Formats: sequence, structure tokens, C-alpha cells
Amino acid sequence: MATRLIPPPTATVRGVRRSFGGTPVLDDLHLDLVPGELVALLGRSGSGKSTLLRLLAGLDRPDAGQVTVPGTVSVAFQEPRLFPWRRVGRNVELALREGTRTERRDRARSALAEVGLTEKASVWPVTLSGGQAQRASLARALVREPELLLLDEPFSALDALTRIEMHALVLDVWARHRPAVLLVTHDVDEALTLADRVIVLDQGRIALDIAVRSARPRDLHSPDLVEHRERLLAQLGVELPGRVTA
Amino acid sequence: MATTAPLTTSLPRSERRQRGWHRAISPLVLLLAWQLASTTGLLPVETLAPPTAVFDALWTMVADGRLADAVGISVQRVLAGFALGASVGILLAVLAGLSRAGENAIDPPMQMLRTLPHFGLLPLFVLWFGIDETPKIALIALGVAFPLYVNTVGGIRGVDPKFLDTARVLGLSAAERLRQVILPSALPSILIGLRLSLGVAWLSLIVAEQINTTSGIGYLVSDAASFGRTDEMVGGLLIYGLLGLATDALVRSIERKALQWRLG
Ligand SMILES: Nc1ncnc2c1ncn2[C@@H]1O[C@H](COP(=O)(O)OP(=O)(O)O)[C@@H](O)[C@H]1O
Ligand SMILES: [Mg+2]
Repeated sequence: MATRLIPPPTATVRGVRRSFGGTPVLDDLHLDLVPGELVALLGRSGSGKSTLLRLLAGLDRPDAGQVTVPGTVSVAFQEPRLFPWRRVGRNVELALREGTRTERRDRARSALAEVGLTEKASVWPVTLSGGQAQRASLARALVREPELLLLDEPFSALDALTRIEMHALVLDVWARHRPAVLLVTHDVDEALTLADRVIVLDQGRIALDIAVRSARPRDLHSPDLVEHRERLLAQLGVELPGRVTA
Repeated sequence: MATTAPLTTSLPRSERRQRGWHRAISPLVLLLAWQLASTTGLLPVETLAPPTAVFDALWTMVADGRLADAVGISVQRVLAGFALGASVGILLAVLAGLSRAGENAIDPPMQMLRTLPHFGLLPLFVLWFGIDETPKIALIALGVAFPLYVNTVGGIRGVDPKFLDTARVLGLSAAERLRQVILPSALPSILIGLRLSLGVAWLSLIVAEQINTTSGIGYLVSDAASFGRTDEMVGGLLIYGLLGLATDALVRSIERKALQWRLG
């Protein structure tokens, strides 16, 4: 694994093991996340991606090893998880612990404006579309300017067009606030479109770690990305027709 | 009383109004039959006074202020008993719902006491508290506490763990978690408990007002009974029923307002 001396990592995972019922899901896992880096985490279903994210989010503890995270961590999940009994604006405000009520309201409004939901601050979450709810959930995660943003398959329940819009939105807010991002996805193309670095979780460890250097917006047909995709798919154990995998 | 109306019916308004109208026919026919049975002498007034006499009696009691006095006193009893029982029931439910230790300490005795028919405790209450206001309020409070306890505990346990995780990642304190997540999520079930408990409260009042009462609606009825005034007796019972309907409608309007988030 590559050691990076500069800048120092904002989050570190050192020799982490997490087992459920005797079966290790994460086993001696090491991972560094550098400030401002957008990392995509791939892995087969059940490989432990959400388990790793919950450890980083402080929702779970490792059986062995160490997890270090920065002061402000935000999480957005696959389902938006807005509290249905609070209006959208209040949902976003709830992420803020500091400041007066007015300050918090203003910050919530500007976070909603950033994701294009200015006019939805005072509606009930139940009235939002799937894409709007996911954007509101992103606003709630961004409003406290996290140093580490954890996204667990945030786009997988969205339709293809909404997903493309969300990709642009995530890149936009990421470019503006520059948190370290760990984006869990099962979509190789999504990972290659968005990430600086794509890692694959397999057998409880990071089995592949690829730096993606092409400038954005990216052409997924460029030779670099085609090659990355093949390596990733091979690591994920996906057999492509008409090809012999090594 | 034990049933709960759905938040909204799916019928269009005009059809709902028409059905409401159709449903009024049979009670009206029964009322008419009752009146006819009385005027034809089939139903002697010593057994049951006719509707017209009942309304006359009610009107007289309104005019001379007896009804207002009685209702005021009965409503006070219900309010006092309800406030006591509801606070205890909800407090115990929150304690039992929020911690394993609280649940272990509170839930088993509550589940055991719950099966006890609380009206059966009335003689014991009279022995302990005498025959004035205290046993009446205690009986109402006891009746109110259990439905609220059971439904609040159920609501708290039913909170989606995903929302609790979300509260944690948002950094909500325990108090905020209770106020912003647990109680609002449990509210639909708490409101069901509220409706049930108000039903029990009125029922408990009626039973409590049977014991040596010198005021309230129960006194109106028992006083009328000693004079064989079936008109006033039925009038008093009617008032009990109307009060129950009124608080039920109140809770339903609270439901509509407080649960607006479900419909948007
Ligand atoms: N709380 C839990 N209790 C028991 N098993 C769990 C728990 N959380 C996750 N697992 C198991 O750990 C494995 C990895 O789960 P998860 O991290 O959700 O995978 P992924 O997100 O990569 O699909 C799965 O086999 C899952 O059943
Ligand atoms: Mg997962």
C-alpha cells in the first residue's frame, strides 16, 4: 500500500477486524483517506462496504484495530432518511449543533440552495421526489462543512437521469468544500466518473487501489479508463463475454 | 371507543356526505319508534321517558343551572384523573422505552397490573382514600395510565433503528433524540393511546360517580333515580355520551394537525 507523507491522512483505518457471528467481514483492513480526496469504494454485495462505513461514522466499533476520523464527519445513506415529521429545512438544521436558531436556519437554507432545493425548505419530506429527497439528504450532510463525507450508495435507488444530475451535483459541492469523500458504490462506471481513487474491498481487505488521474469531466472510453475498468471488473470477479480473464 | 378512525377516508367528499346521511336513517327511525311507543302507552314513563320528555328535562336542567354545575364538576374529575394518569403512564413508558434497565424494572409489573380489571379496585380505593374526590380521581388515573403506557412503549420500541442511527451521525444529544426523533416517531401510537385512555377516563368517571356522590353528572342521575325521574336519568346518560364524543373529536382533530407530515 502506498504511503503518503503529504498531506497527512484525515482518516485512518489500521488493522481493523470486524466479525459477525464468528465470520470476519473486515479482516486486518488498512486504509488512509487524504484531505480533499474523493475515494470510491467498490465491492461485491456483502463484502463489508457498509460495515466499514459504519465504523468510520462511529456507529459501530471494530473488534480489533483502530479507526481515526476527523472532528466533523457526515453521512448520507442509500435511503435519504429525512425525518418525515420535520419539514425539509428543519431536517437540515438538525445537523447543526452550534449557532442561534436564525443562524442555523440561514445555513440550512443556503445548503438547500446549493443542491437546488431553495423552495422546498418548508415542505414535508413525504412530498419530495426520490431525487429531491436524496439532494436534501446531501444538503443535511454538507451543511456542517464536514472534513469527511461518507456516502453509502447514495444514488443506487435513483433513476439513470437523476443519477447523472446527482453526479454533477456531488462533484460541484465537493469542488467547493473539498471534504475527503468515501463514496460506496456498486457501479464501476460511477466510481470512474467521480473518484480520484477507486478501491475494491474483497475478503475483508482493500484488494485493489487505483489512482484515477484523468481530468474531469471524464470520457469513460478513454484508454486509461477502459483499462481501469477491466482491472476493477476482474478484481470484482465479473466475467466479460468474449474475453479470457487471467 | 376502542376503535380508531382512519386518518382520512378514501371516499370522495360528496359520497361521504351521502353515506353519512344514509347512516342517520336507522337511528332516527329508532328514535321515532321510541317516541311512538311512549305516546301509545306501550312504554310506560316509569320505565323509560320518551325522547321529548328527555329533551324537556335536559332543557330544564340547563335553565336552572344544575346541568352546568354537574358537568363542570365531572369534567374537573376527568381532567384531574386524566392529567395524573397520563403523566404517570407516559413517564413510565419513556423510562421503559429508552433503557433496557428501565424496561426490566417497569414493564413486568405494568404488564401484570394491566390485566387487573381496574374497576375491581374501587372498593379498595374507597377503603384507602375514603369516599370524596380522591378515590374517583385515582380510579380515572389508573384507567388512563395503562392504555397510554402500552401504546407509548409500543411507539418508542417501533422507532426505525435507521432514524436512531441518523440521529447519532447528526450528533443529537439524548434529549434531542427524544424530542426530535423518538417522540415524533411514536406520536401516532401515543395518540391512539390517548383516544383509548380518554374513553376509559369517561367510563371510569361513570363508575366512580356511582359511589356516594353529592355532585356531578352521576349525582344528577342517581338523584333522578331516587325520584323515579327516567327523563332526567336518560338526559344525564346522554350528557356522559356527548362528553365522550367531544373529547374523541378533539383528539381526532389533534391527530389531523399533528400527523399532517404523513400526507404532506
Ligand atoms: N449488524 C449485523 N449483524 C450481523 N451481520 C451483519 C451485520 N451487519 C453486516 N452484517 C453482515 O456482514 C456482511 C457485510 O455486510 P455489509 O457491510 O452490509 O455489506 P455491503 O455493504 O458490502 O453489501 C454481510 O454478510 C452482512 O450480512
Ligand atoms: Mg451496503
